[in-house]
Amino acid sequence: MKEVILVKYGEMALKGLNKKTFEDMLTKNIKRRIKGLGHFVCTSAQSTLYIDPQDDDIDLSEVVDRVGKIFGIAALCRAGVCEKDFGDITEKSVEYLSDILSCARTFKVNAKRSDKAFPMKSPEICRELGGILLDKFPNLSVDVNNPEVIVTVEVRDTNAYIHAENIKGAGGLPVGSSGKAMLLLSGGIDSPVAGWMMAKRGVHIAAIHYVSPPYTSDRAQLKVEQLCEKLTDWCGGIAFYCVPFTELQEAIKDHCPEEFFTIIMRRLMMEIAQRIAAKDGCLALITGESVGQVASQTMAAIACTDAVCRIPVFRPCVGMDKTEIIEIARKIDTFDISTLPYEDCCTVFTPRHPKVRPQLSDIEKAQNSFDFEPLIQKAVENTELKTFNYEG
Amino acid sequence: MSVYLDNAATTKPCKAAVEAAVAAMTENYGNPSSLHRAGLDAQLAVDKARKIIADTLGADSVCIYFTSGATESNNLALRGITGAYGRNRKKIVVSAVEHASVAETASDLEKKGFEVVRVSPREDGKFYAADFAAACDSSTCLVSMMLVNNETGYILPVRETFAAVKRRFPETVTHCDCVQGYMKLPVKAGALGADLISLSGHKIHGVKGVGAIYIKKGIRVTPVVTGGKQEKGIRSGTESVPLIAAFGAAAEELFPTVAARYERVSVLKKHLLDRLSGMDNVLVNSPEDGSPYIINISVVGRRSEIMLHFLESKGIYVSSGSACSKGQQSGVLEQFGIKDKRADGALRISITAETTEAELDEFAEALSEGIGKVRG
Repeated sequence: MKEVILVKYGEMALKGLNKKTFEDMLTKNIKRRIKGLGHFVCTSAQSTLYIDPQDDDIDLSEVVDRVGKIFGIAALCRAGVCEKDFGDITEKSVEYLSDILSCARTFKVNAKRSDKAFPMKSPEICRELGGILLDKFPNLSVDVNNPEVIVTVEVRDTNAYIHAENIKGAGGLPVGSSGKAMLLLSGGIDSPVAGWMMAKRGVHIAAIHYVSPPYTSDRAQLKVEQLCEKLTDWCGGIAFYCVPFTELQEAIKDHCPEEFFTIIMRRLMMEIAQRIAAKDGCLALITGESVGQVASQTMAAIACTDAVCRIPVFRPCVGMDKTEIIEIARKIDTFDISTLPYEDCCTVFTPRHPKVRPQLSDIEKAQNSFDFEPLIQKAVENTELKTFNYEG
Repeated sequence: MSVYLDNAATTKPCKAAVEAAVAAMTENYGNPSSLHRAGLDAQLAVDKARKIIADTLGADSVCIYFTSGATESNNLALRGITGAYGRNRKKIVVSAVEHASVAETASDLEKKGFEVVRVSPREDGKFYAADFAAACDSSTCLVSMMLVNNETGYILPVRETFAAVKRRFPETVTHCDCVQGYMKLPVKAGALGADLISLSGHKIHGVKGVGAIYIKKGIRVTPVVTGGKQEKGIRSGTESVPLIAAFGAAAEELFPTVAARYERVSVLKKHLLDRLSGMDNVLVNSPEDGSPYIINISVVGRRSEIMLHFLESKGIYVSSGSACSKGQQSGVLEQFGIKDKRADGALRISITAETTEAELDEFAEALSEGIGKVRG
């Protein structure tokens, strides 16, 4: 029996005249993500996108899995396609839904009739189909308030569709619809989550990572590359910039007071990030900071870091607890990678007693005692770019 | 020239597998656990193979663990799951036609206090999902069934069974021994509904001594081998980089051609059955809709071992029953209703897409000659 996937738009359905732009972007994202699974025709009508598989051997559960990770989608479902004829609808419902109905206890039928030319009204469809299913599946009883299974019949323009399992989509806006931003990706738990959260708001992500060999190892960089790869499931392609940071860190250690190490390091990271962001067309920076989590993330410390930033810095995790961040990290499958035990550049030369409430003037004074500019330029010049594409 | 028709016992390693193994022995010989670059390179080789195999199963890399072979994978599945979940749930359900590595492990667990239910085929020689579901209850911690029977090629209703079991007892862990199905039929972890899948390297033109187990995220497994916590502690012991690399290379080579090879092998199976159809006393034991890679026949009145050695004298290699049981009757054929003289005369011919019609003709002629010559 013919099966399609129905995709319901998220909040972009509320957009006005530029809705089409969002729609096109979402369609493009979907097509790119499922290209490797076979040949599909994607069409949209009435705030719904139809993914119609053209080959018989396509694994639809895999398609659902992938589309479930695309932002801009409120809900999706596999649906059986019927003729717009009540006889066909009932016959196919019994066949298509028998797996799920034969082991359920309670159900109800929902009907949506956007084609008003269909002779039966929605309540009539519900009543009639419900009665037939009750006859066919003696294990079932009707529960309109809290049913285990909701059988939905949608009578639309060209066909009728039946389905019983609505899957929650990833929500948000299509990636790319909000422009591009540069994510500072450390290898910890928070930064991939921050990137994911901004991608959810339609932001196309580029990532920047700092390496300090021999203080950090190849495995540490590899771990971050794995995180990038994981994020492509949700964010699409990611340009990954890897900045050689050893000389700058050694200069900080040689020339600045120990208690300011981390903050000065972060200021230099921000400086480099926004220079590369400008080259790459990124309009903002993204970090995984959360207020008060560590000494460099107190409000005073964030203010000192922000003082060097000329573009907006988004910190979507700013008000979240670690447990909430971990919950998302598990959901997007980055947690296991993030917790691999390799040292990253943030933990190199960690001060024993970092300044919790630094004064900007003190920090600036300490930083001005050495001319970092040539080293910054050198780091930017020697930055390596690697591109991670969605692999399907 | 010999005619090798025993590919269910083992396969000839493909060129890519041999090259990958040699490279890992001559150049990339570091220990994956070493912190330096040589160690990292070895780890990358292992991770590459892991990714290839994960992709073929439609699974995430983190779900794949390497073992010394499918026997170890099956042991890990049964012992590991009963170890993790068996404290209060003392029942396991297996099919009655499992490979010895599952069957014997189940018997061992039985001695240790587990209740083992062995589900047999019905009168018609077929398994039914409902029979497995009926054998389960809330104290069942594991259901284990193979995808393709190694002796007859019979394809078990794994997907339907696991779906039926999970629907009623979502807590029950499902394990599928996919050794004879992997790279022959489409095997996807999600579609099968398996929490654990056992794979073997040398059945897919890799090298002997390596296997893998897929463990779905969230499923706990108590390790059987403990030590240096390689493979995330699930299977300690320095990874055999050459064998793992060979496994990955073989999977990479075979994966794109699963469907095409299936078609080709189906043609070969039909060709062989056509050749055998006119012969006296030759009966086909494999089901029509079984895996075309395995063709089990019986020469009634001729003991299989004698026939096997007669064919061997002509340079043709086949198996009697299952190669792992070393001439011992496993009782699996009897489960499928193949008994007495018919079972005594059973031969297993197992082919690959590289097998030729000419080789099968040669086998058929030798068999016919043997039927005439061999007594008893």
